[in-house]
Parts: sequence; C-alpha cells; structure tokens
Amino acid sequence: METIQSIKPLIAVLVSICVVPLLVLCKKPNLREGWTFAAAAVKLLLVLSMLPVILNGNQIVYTLVEGVPGVAIKFRVDALGMLFACVAASLWIITSAYSIGYMRGLKEHSQTRYYVFFALALSATIGVAFSANLLTLYLFYEMLSLATYPLVTHHQDREARAAGRKYLTYILGTSIGLVLPAMLVCYHLTGTLEFASQGFLAGACNRGLAGVLLVFFIFGFAKAAVMPFHGWLPAAMVAPTPVSALLHAVAVVTVGVFSIVRILTGVFGTELLGQFDFGVIICAIASVTIIVASLIALSQDNLKRMLAFSTIGQLSYIILGVGLLSPKGITGGMLHIAMHAFGKITLFFCAGAIFMATGKRNISEMVGIGRRMPWTMGAFFVGSLSIIGLPPTGGFISKWYLVLGTLEANQMTFLLVLLGSSLLSAAYFMPVVYRAFFPPPGKAMFENKVGEAPILCVAPPVITAFISVVLFFYPEPFFRLVSMAVRFIGGN
Amino acid sequence: MTNHYPALIVVLPLLFAFVVSGVAWVKKSLCFPLTIVGMGLSAGLSVCLLGRVATTGLVEYRMGGWETPWGIGYHVDYLNALVVTVVTVLAFINLIATRKNVVEETPEKAGAFYSLYLLFIVGLTGIVLTGDLFNLYVLLEVASLTSYALIGMGNGRAPMSALNYLFVGTVGGCFYLLGVGYLYIMTGSLNMVDVATLLPQMYHSSAVVMAFIFCLVGVGIKMAFFPLHMWLPNAYGFAPTAVGSLIAPLMTKVMVYVLIRLILTVFSVDFAFVILKMGDPMVWLSSLAIVAGAVFALAQKNLKRMFCYIIVSEIGYMMGGAWLGNNTGMTGAILHIFNDAIMTLCLFLCAGSIYYRVRGLELDRLKGLFSKMPVTMACLVAGALSIIGVPPTCGFFSKWYLISGGLEAGQYGFVAALLFSSLVNVVLFFRVIEISYYGDFEDHHGHGSSGEAVMEAPASMLVPLLIVSIGLIVVGLYTGGIVNHLINPLLLKQGFLG
Amino acid sequence: MSDLVVTLLGKYNYWLCVILMMIGLYAMIAKNNLIKKLVGMNIFQTSIILFYVSIGCKKGATISILEHGAGHHGVDPTHYINPLPHVLMLTAIVVSVSTFGVALALAIKVYRKHKTLEEDEILMQLRSE
Repeated sequence: METIQSIKPLIAVLVSICVVPLLVLCKKPNLREGWTFAAAAVKLLLVLSMLPVILNGNQIVYTLVEGVPGVAIKFRVDALGMLFACVAASLWIITSAYSIGYMRGLKEHSQTRYYVFFALALSATIGVAFSANLLTLYLFYEMLSLATYPLVTHHQDREARAAGRKYLTYILGTSIGLVLPAMLVCYHLTGTLEFASQGFLAGACNRGLAGVLLVFFIFGFAKAAVMPFHGWLPAAMVAPTPVSALLHAVAVVTVGVFSIVRILTGVFGTELLGQFDFGVIICAIASVTIIVASLIALSQDNLKRMLAFSTIGQLSYIILGVGLLSPKGITGGMLHIAMHAFGKITLFFCAGAIFMATGKRNISEMVGIGRRMPWTMGAFFVGSLSIIGLPPTGGFISKWYLVLGTLEANQMTFLLVLLGSSLLSAAYFMPVVYRAFFPPPGKAMFENKVGEAPILCVAPPVITAFISVVLFFYPEPFFRLVSMAVRFIGGN
Repeated sequence: MTNHYPALIVVLPLLFAFVVSGVAWVKKSLCFPLTIVGMGLSAGLSVCLLGRVATTGLVEYRMGGWETPWGIGYHVDYLNALVVTVVTVLAFINLIATRKNVVEETPEKAGAFYSLYLLFIVGLTGIVLTGDLFNLYVLLEVASLTSYALIGMGNGRAPMSALNYLFVGTVGGCFYLLGVGYLYIMTGSLNMVDVATLLPQMYHSSAVVMAFIFCLVGVGIKMAFFPLHMWLPNAYGFAPTAVGSLIAPLMTKVMVYVLIRLILTVFSVDFAFVILKMGDPMVWLSSLAIVAGAVFALAQKNLKRMFCYIIVSEIGYMMGGAWLGNNTGMTGAILHIFNDAIMTLCLFLCAGSIYYRVRGLELDRLKGLFSKMPVTMACLVAGALSIIGVPPTCGFFSKWYLISGGLEAGQYGFVAALLFSSLVNVVLFFRVIEISYYGDFEDHHGHGSSGEAVMEAPASMLVPLLIVSIGLIVVGLYTGGIVNHLINPLLLKQGFLG
Repeated sequence: MSDLVVTLLGKYNYWLCVILMMIGLYAMIAKNNLIKKLVGMNIFQTSIILFYVSIGCKKGATISILEHGAGHHGVDPTHYINPLPHVLMLTAIVVSVSTFGVALALAIKVYRKHKTLEEDEILMQLRSE
C-alpha cells in the first residue's frame, strides 16, 4: 500500500463551495442551475479519477493546516471513504436534475438559497467521507448540520420553524454535548485523533472509560438517528422532497452512520471492541432501533414519515453489521451504505413525484395511483424491494452479507432481528405498492387526467431504481471497495 | 527609527490626539482622516513590532534612555507584541467601520470623540507594552478615564452607567495601586523584571501575598470578572455604538493580559500556583462566571446586552484557562484573548450596522432581517459560530485548548462549564437567527427614524465587517502557527510548569 | 495587651490609611447622593496617596535635596526621606483629580437629564421609562 500526496481530495471538497458565489451572482435560473450541474459533474469526475488509485490499494493524503499540535485538518481517501464519496457525488447529479424539476414545478421561493446550501451540504458530505482524523470529521459534520438548516426550514412557516428547532437541538446538542467532549478525552488520552486501521485507543483506556466514550460517540452522532436521538428525522420531513431525498436518505443520515463506522473501526478498532466485548452492546442498541422504527413505520400514513422511520431502521443495519465485528458482517454493513442509499433515494423521489402530480402525501389517498403513474410506482416497487432486501436488487446483497455475518459471529438473536425487520418492512411497503396497482374494484381514487410528473421528476427515480437492479448483478466496484476496507481494518 | 517602534506605538496616537482636538476647532471634517492616520501608523508599527519579536524573541526599549530599573522600560516579548497588535489593528478596523455611526450619534462632538478614541488607544497600548508597574497604573487610568468619557457621550442611560462604571473602576484602580504599593515596600522597585528577581526570597511574606491579592481584585474589577461584573452590561450596553464596539472587545481582554503578565512575569508561576495554591478556587470561580454569564445572557431581550453577558462568560473562559496551572490551559487563555477580541468585535460591529439601519436592537425588531441585510446577518452567524465554538472558526480552537487544559488538570467542573456555555450559546444565537430568519419584517416608524426602508448596511461598514469575519476563519486555520511561533516560545521562556 | 497597643500605635500611619479608606468606601456604598459618593471616592483615593507618602518617610530624615552638592561628603541615605513614592503620588494626584473632573462632568450630564442627583430618584425615573 502506498500513500500518495495529492490536493485532489481538497479540490473535490471545495468545488461545491467555490461555486457558491457564482450561484449567488447568477440572475438567470438556467445559468444558475447550469453551474450546479457543472460543479456536480466536476465533483463526480474528481472522485472517480481517484477511484483507480484506491482500487490499486493506495491511499491519497492531503494535509491542509495543523490547527492543534498532532491534529491537522487533513484528508485521507481510503476505500470506505471512496465508497461513500462515490455514492454521494453520483447521487448529487441525479438529485440536481430532480431538484430542478421539483422546485420549478412547484414554483418554490428562494431557489438560489436552496441551491447554495445544497452545494455547501455536498461539500461537507465529501469532507466527512475524506476526513483523515476525528477533528476534520467533526468540522465537516458540523458544517453539514448548519448547511442543512436552511434546507430543512425552506418553507419558513411555523411548522418549518418547529422542525428546524428540533433539528438543531438534536444535532448540535448531541455533537457539542457528547461528541466534542468524547473527542477531547480521546485526544487527552492519546495525543492523536488520526484514524488508524486498528484504532488508536487500544491500551490507552480501561473498559469503563471506553464504554462511556463508545456510548457518547454512538449517540453523539445523532445524524445516524439511533434511538432515542431519532426525533429530528421525521420532523425534518417538512423540507422539500429533493432535500429529504438526498439529505435524509443519503448525505445527512449516512454521514452520521459513516461517522459511527469510522469511530468503531478507526478509533476503537475491531480488536479492542472484541476484547472489551462491546460488539453485543452496539448490536443491541442497533437492534432496538431497527425493530422499534419498523413498528412505528407500520403505523404511519404520511408516506414521507413512513420513509423516515424506515430510514431510521435501515441505518441501524449498518451499525449492527459493524457491531458484529465479523468480516462478513462488516462487509454487509458497509455495502448497505451504498445499497440503502440507492434504494431509499428512489422511494423519496417517488414520494415527491406523487406529490407533484397529485398533491397527495398520505398513503391512504394513493389507492390506484399505479395505473396513472406506472413509471413512478414501478420505480417505487423496485426501491422497496431493495429496502426489504429481496432479489433482484442491491439491497439483497448487503442483507445477505449481514445475515452471513450474524452466522459467522454466532449471534442468532440478531439473525432473528434482521429477518423480523425484513418481514416488517415488507409489511409496510407491500400494501402501498399492491393497492397502488391493484385497487379494490371501484375504489381507485384517480381519474384519467392524472398522469406522470414532469420528466425531470420521473427520470431520476427510474434511473436510481435501475441502478439498484444493476447493483444486484454487478456489485463489483462497491464490493471491491468494501472488501478492501475490511482487509484494511484487519478483518481478513 | 526602527528602535523606537515600541514607544512610537504609544506616542503617535497621543500626539495625534492633541492634533485632532486642536484641529476640531478649525475644521471638524479633518478629525476623522487624522485619526485614521494616527491609528493606522500605530497599527502598522505594531505589526512590524510583532514581526521583529517573532524573529528576535524580545525587544527592549528604555524611555528617554534611562537605564532600568530607574527609568521606565518597555519589555516587549511575544505576549505584549501579540496583544498590542490585536489592540491597534482591531481599533483601526473599528474606526473605519463605525464612522457613520459616529456621524449620526455624536454629530457635533467629532473632535472630542476622536481625540478620546486615540487617548484610549494610548492607554491600552501603554498598558500592554510597559514594563513598569506604576506606569501600568497610570496608563490603566488613562484608558479607564477615556472609556468613562466615551461611554458618557451616549444618550439616555449612558451617563448614569458611565458614572457607575467610574465608581467601580476607580476602586479597582485603587486596589491595584495599593497592591503595587505593597510590592514597592517589599522590593523597593517598580520594574517588573526587577521585582521578579527580588521577590523569590519573600514569597512567604504576607505582604507579598496581600500585594498579589490586591492586584488580583483590582484587575478583576476592571475586567468584570464574576462577581465583580455588575458594571459591565450597562456601561457597554448603553454606550454609543462606536464606543461599545471599541471598548468591549479590547478593554476586558487587555485586563486579562495584565493578569497573565502579573502571574507569568512579576509573581512567577511558582508563587501563584505552588505557594498560594489559588488555582483551584480561581478555576471554580471562573466556571461559575461562565455559567452565570451564560444564564444571564439567556434572560436578555436586547442584542447588545446579550453580547455583554456573553463577554462576562468569556472572561470566565480566559481566567479559568490562566488558572488551570498547565501549559495547555495558559495557551488556551492567551489564544482566547486574541480570538475573543476578534469575535466580540465581529458581533458588536454587526450590532452596529443593524442599529444603523433598524434603530433598535431589541430581539423582536430583528424580524426578517436575513432577507433585508443578508451580508450583515451572515457575518453575525460567523461570529456566533465562533462564540459557540464550531470549527474551523477560531473560537473552536481556543476552546479546544481550554477544554484539553481542563482535562489535563482534572478540572472537570470547568470542562462541564465550558460545554454548558457552548450549548447555551447555541440557544442564544439560534434564537436570534430564528427571529431574523422567519417572520415578516415590521417597519418601526416614529422612533426617530427617517422612514427609509431597511436595507443592507453601507459598504464602509460591510467591508470591515467582512474582513473581521473572514479573519475569524483564517485565524482559526492558522492557530497552529500562532501557538507554535508565539505562545509556545513564550511559555517555554517563562519556565511554565509542564 | 501592651503588645497590641504597640502594634496599633507603632504602625499608626497604616491604621489611619485603613480608617480613611473605610470611610471613603462607606460613603461610596451607603450614600444616596451622587456628589457624596464622589467625595467618598476621593477620600478613598486620598487614603492610598497618603499611604504611599507615609511609606517614604523616615524618622529624623529631611527632604531629599543635597545641601552642599553631591560628591563632597558621602551621602547617607538614612538622612533623607525616600523621594520616589512622593514623586509617584504627584502622578496619582493628577489621576485622582482628572477622575474627579470626569466624574463631575458626568454628574452634570446626569443632572441635566434627571433634574436630581439622588440615586434612588434617578433609578425610579429609569425604571418608569
């Protein structure tokens, strides 16, 4: 393994910050959105240009400045970060297209502000993916929290204000109240915050302190929506749908989970976690969230809220996978970052498209909609298959590895949790799809004049659904990245 | 010429102060440019001095060529150089940014205002540069007197607040003078370095202990250290805009500098921490200050008064850091002098430009300001993030050092207080941001406003404000450089405890 | 008992300063009238000036002016009082006078606005604003 010095990671992070002045100064919407696309494309190309290097087993490193002795603002591109960055950067382009259709279609106000903060949020996401140490990760994590506030509260009404308050209270409260002290304690104990393949805490603290730190980190990254710090996610669904789609299926929540995965593997290290027997605790925390969130999702009528709770549950799959501490479990968990992102963003896109075409938000009002919007609901069907974990979708692969992981770790309880939650997600997704396509006679709610949403809102979900299917037959690129990441952390 | 830098930094503003007050009789419009020249020269020389100190480590200067300890000596090391640069540069920026406020609020007193402004800087730079304890007292009173007068220039409750500040401040100055008297009785010298060499044989004398305590109380009153902070919110809150944004960032920070100077140079670290054992109680008192300041700030309905209580809280940060008794904490305290001055200036300048347009700083009058004054509000957000301590703003890094120092010293109460105040700051600032982000803007006519529609502040205010807020991030990113090149060598030289 | 008397009388200059200081402080805290507070403040400052002046004094010594010019005989410092504290106090007196001046100016400004210098009445006016 070689370490290559290159400024590329920094540029990849900054490219969407640099485009902000252009977005602000552009008076013409077409030009403005052109710049957004340009930035998204440049970002994706930069990320992809680093991909071969990573696949060859190397790492790219860039140090910006040293803020605190021993802890610099530093980027490191490794397999896991690359995986996340690829997902986020490619979905940004698709979401940008969807945003244009959605925001113009609904004639939303303050569109410039919307695109500006969207770009900032993407910068922060890539920044988290490429962080080489805890401080850099924390920096971009906070930047993401702040950049998404104007997006969540886009409508600027009473409901948005309440949601915004809840969002900031949960996210900033936990990151300042829990992550910051935990990070400082780590620094105090070891004098470094640099992620290492087997963590840097080993030998620096006893089991009690390590346990406290672990709890602080898992709950502190509230973006991962581990219960009981999940309340912000359903509330944040007041945001426009493209925001919910990218941020609350991909960027924000995945950043939370990604941070936790980084902490577990890069700060504690799987060996230390195994030695202290923390795997079971992590899995137990994740399992509670998985089951409870799935049960709550069953009872939701608002489609976006249901998706939100489904997300809460699915995110904990990733934590559970890593918590199993077995190579297959970790593989499953990391793969699920990508698979879930493509599946869930499809579902959110569909929810938005339905809202655009019909103005409906509730599941009970969507009976028979499949006949009128076949493409949208077809994509929805594929997306839900992926989330449930059925072939032929990418979700099956990650779930397969998760199940193998539980067997490998000999944790039958968590096997039951996984299977049970798959059944539950089938139980809340399938009726929606079934009733959309096969309404009971005479109950169909839509007349002939209702049709598909504009092309810019329909194409994106179809594309992401297609990718979900492709990932089942050809998971190679992501799979290689994940197996490299797993090898790197010493899980064979 | 270059050898006279330290003296010129102090003397030039003094000279210009007299010129300005004289010119004011002839032509009022000349006052501002003259002040700019005086301040600019002083600021430029400070930067040069900082550059020289960074390479040579120490610049000595003897006033009038008299040998120390008989004459007054300036003894410029990393600490003075850093603080004097902050003082002059920020005062210079503030001067430019608040010009329109001055024209509006104290129209016919421009001459008096600008000469007092310069005299205040004479006081502060003198305090920072001097190496003589009594000289420090005199300059302390110069700075204080001018600040009383400047605050008293305001309307409404300002004169009464200034008078109260004067009572309290004078008592503080007298306590400091008394402490210096004790030191003089014991050592027969007033030169800081000289006193420091003579003191070690007398560390256990109760007179020296009393001298230290008197100085501590005196300086504590002047810096508004809880529970001696009562005068601050009124004095800074009711002061004219330009005065608030001048005094609030600088005066309290310079007083913290004086305390650190007394601990490091005059009484020595051994005396303060090992012999007096004052570390623990002072850190607890600081934690109390942090929490109390934060809680009081929550109760405020006026933006500027909220900032004033935040200052009380921030003083607790610096005092606590200085008293932690380890390298990291002291680094944090010194860094925070620097950072807090910039953050406070940023916040007060924002308040200044909002006041200039809206004519009020009550929180409910800020409705919808984000769409009316986007740049000002963006700068306010930058300042807020720095106060909260969000990376990469500079406030995060000094807080980082302070908390690390607290952990090193095992002062968990202090760590908890710092985290608590960060959380309270989130609430404080997001309340402001929320009010100004949502809601329809209400025009308040009939409050003496000329009825013009609220719009973005003029460029003469925005440009300095933008520079300050970008400075927040730049300074944050270069924290490593500041610590490695300026603070670490200083603490190394002072033989600070590991 | 006699020890105590000796201690008290032997350092009577310090005690006088302390008493003066307390009188000044009392006036600043307890008096209602702003001018009386100012007078208290001045007494407070003066007590410290006197303290400095007294520490420069020596029994049987004279002012520090050399009668026959320096250099002829050796100068015995015990014959002369220490001039430095006295010189310092010249500056301190200037400070105290100017503080008093600024304070009076502010008091005039307060009086113009409130038409009174009684603190409780001013506070009442401020509260009713």
